[in-house]
Amino acid sequence: MPVITYRDALNAALREEMQRDDRVFLMGEEVAVYQGAYKVSKGLLQEFGEMRVVDTPITELGFAGVGVGAAMVGLRPVIEFMTWNFALLALDQVVNAAAKMLYMSGGQYHIPIVFRGPNGAALQLSAQHSQAWDSWLAHIPGLKVVSPGTPYDAKGLLKSAIRDDNPVIMLEGEMMYNWKGEVPDEEYVVPIGKADIKREGDHCTIVTYGKLVTLGLQVADTLAKEGIRVEVVDLRTIRPLDVEAVQASVRKTNRCVVLEEGWEFCGVGAQVVDYVQRDCFDDLDAPVVRVHQADVPMPYAKNLEKHAKPDLPKTIAAVKKVMYLEG
Amino acid sequence: MAKKKPDPKTELALGDTDAATRRTILRSMLLQRRFEERCAEAYALGRIGGFCHLYIGQEATGTGVISMLRPDDYVITTYRDHGQAIARGISPRAVMAELFGRSDGCARGKGGSMHLFDRNTNFLGGHGIVGGHVPLATGVGFAIKYRGGDQVCVCFMGESVVNTGAFHEALNMAGLWKLPVIYVIENNRYGMGTSLERASAIHDIYQRGAAYDMPRGVLDGQDVLAVRTGMAEALHRARTESMPTLLEIRTYRFMGHSMSDAVSGTYRTKAELDEYMQRDPITVLKLHMEAAGEIDDAGMATIDDEVKLEVQDAWDFAEASPEPALESLYEDVLVETTT
Ligand SMILES: Cc1ncc(C[n+]2csc(CCOP(=O)(O)OP(=O)(O)O)c2C)c(N)n1
Ligand SMILES: [Mg+2]
Repeated sequence: MPVITYRDALNAALREEMQRDDRVFLMGEEVAVYQGAYKVSKGLLQEFGEMRVVDTPITELGFAGVGVGAAMVGLRPVIEFMTWNFALLALDQVVNAAAKMLYMSGGQYHIPIVFRGPNGAALQLSAQHSQAWDSWLAHIPGLKVVSPGTPYDAKGLLKSAIRDDNPVIMLEGEMMYNWKGEVPDEEYVVPIGKADIKREGDHCTIVTYGKLVTLGLQVADTLAKEGIRVEVVDLRTIRPLDVEAVQASVRKTNRCVVLEEGWEFCGVGAQVVDYVQRDCFDDLDAPVVRVHQADVPMPYAKNLEKHAKPDLPKTIAAVKKVMYLEG
Repeated sequence: MAKKKPDPKTELALGDTDAATRRTILRSMLLQRRFEERCAEAYALGRIGGFCHLYIGQEATGTGVISMLRPDDYVITTYRDHGQAIARGISPRAVMAELFGRSDGCARGKGGSMHLFDRNTNFLGGHGIVGGHVPLATGVGFAIKYRGGDQVCVCFMGESVVNTGAFHEALNMAGLWKLPVIYVIENNRYGMGTSLERASAIHDIYQRGAAYDMPRGVLDGQDVLAVRTGMAEALHRARTESMPTLLEIRTYRFMGHSMSDAVSGTYRTKAELDEYMQRDPITVLKLHMEAAGEIDDAGMATIDDEVKLEVQDAWDFAEASPEPALESLYEDVLVETTT
């Protein structure tokens, strides 16, 4: 199977869906002439022209709204945010327009739109540029939220997102665009709402998604050497969350760690823990432990940033804690 | 509101720069230039991380504007803030230590390149969200007027900012409430890879001031003396009439958007870059001064040696400064309420 980058996987999804459906267009900052701030849209302007690959001024609120308006009357916009930090400015349109139009209109106006871009921290970008908005977006009824952790899932989920008749949020990662993985040449989609067991194991479940799937697998590899068999459940979609997959895994392992990039308070992990305690209370051999960013804005200094982020030692410690193996 | 009325003549006369001031300004611009050349080096060595946006080519804008201010005035700006921080008087040591992510940095290593802050010089920060700091400047202007002071707030921004909603909302309030804020648009012609013409419906962007009934002007940003003259008028209006001004200062960045971007390529040609580099703001001032017999090549070399030493000292200081203590990760999230 061909091995390509996460970036090229997204690019291929965009290209294929734009070829397939001429209502699909891409809009955002630097997507056209500059070929994308992170080169995800490379070559698309040349192939599809400037009506379908549209550079905007720096006006997130404005162009998110332009996307919603166009979707109301039949187009299928893909709105790229240079990063989700800047999309905060557009949240009014995402939340107050895209997410509730169908409901407010009594079912008359559905909004087939994709809002996508890198989310979470990269390296030393400091407080305003290193934020994971997963739980903010997943909080909103009327939105679907996906967060692929591999090139394969990135391509398949973006294709599903574009074909979905609802607003879909796609959370990517600056650090992930160069990551490589197997992606078949043949057409496929990854369904929204389906988790994937990225590693099977029967001692402890790690529930994670997006960028941290790779970390989850590193933890599993490391602990395998000590004879600990970790199961890695990649949610892939945060909302609607594949509760069954999580619960099935916990019923098997009886132990669970939830690993996420964002802050603890009201985080996605809190929701996962709730689903686990509701229906798997009697299956648990230990309280669920969460691994997440320190409860502070992201600092610039290298040592502080490292200290703030979830990492291998912290996650291993969490697994050992739920297995009563620590210290 | 009672207000001290400065004499308009003395205020304006400040724009006519004397020889000693010219020399100070030349030195400041050269210091910024040498400082940032070393930043590029430090970035390549991994001493500086994250995003790092250099000011090289634009020094006359910040230096001209800031050199006209009083210590009790306020400055707020974008992520492209190293030069302005130094022009405002933050020590190169504290700036370099911040860029190195060290505990003696002007934001204790928490902010980094895009977020230089200094309470001592009323430097209200470099801000990373395009347009986000413009309403803050309007708020500072509001506070000045509220207290009946005659300070001003200068708000620097790139030309792309005029297309954001925050800009429009903030300038409308400043025009409506007559607040002493000088909005300085550093028009370097590009926002990342997008030219002004491809992003703004009007191209003489100072004309946007008309929408807010705001006095406005356009200045040559490569000539620091012209910047000072234009600023004098705006300052006078702010201090004596509490009126905002929109200044478009036309300049050019000689480097890429940030250290991770190409200097030229898809969005601007090498030929265009070379043409603009002919009007290096430091050379332009040096020529003025040569014509007035105030400096020659030897004099220039002396200043250059001096500032290079100062930059080396800043580097050594930053390198010697300890990394922030790990406990400091949890400090500064909330302040203890004392009242
Ligand atoms: C709201 C928002 N959108 C996008 C960005 C990414 N970004 C950072 S700087 C920049 C270009 C800004 O250009 P300009 O205002 O002209 O300032 P310059 O960099 O030229 O000094 C962009 C798009 C951002 N920081 N904030
Ligand atoms: Mg610009």
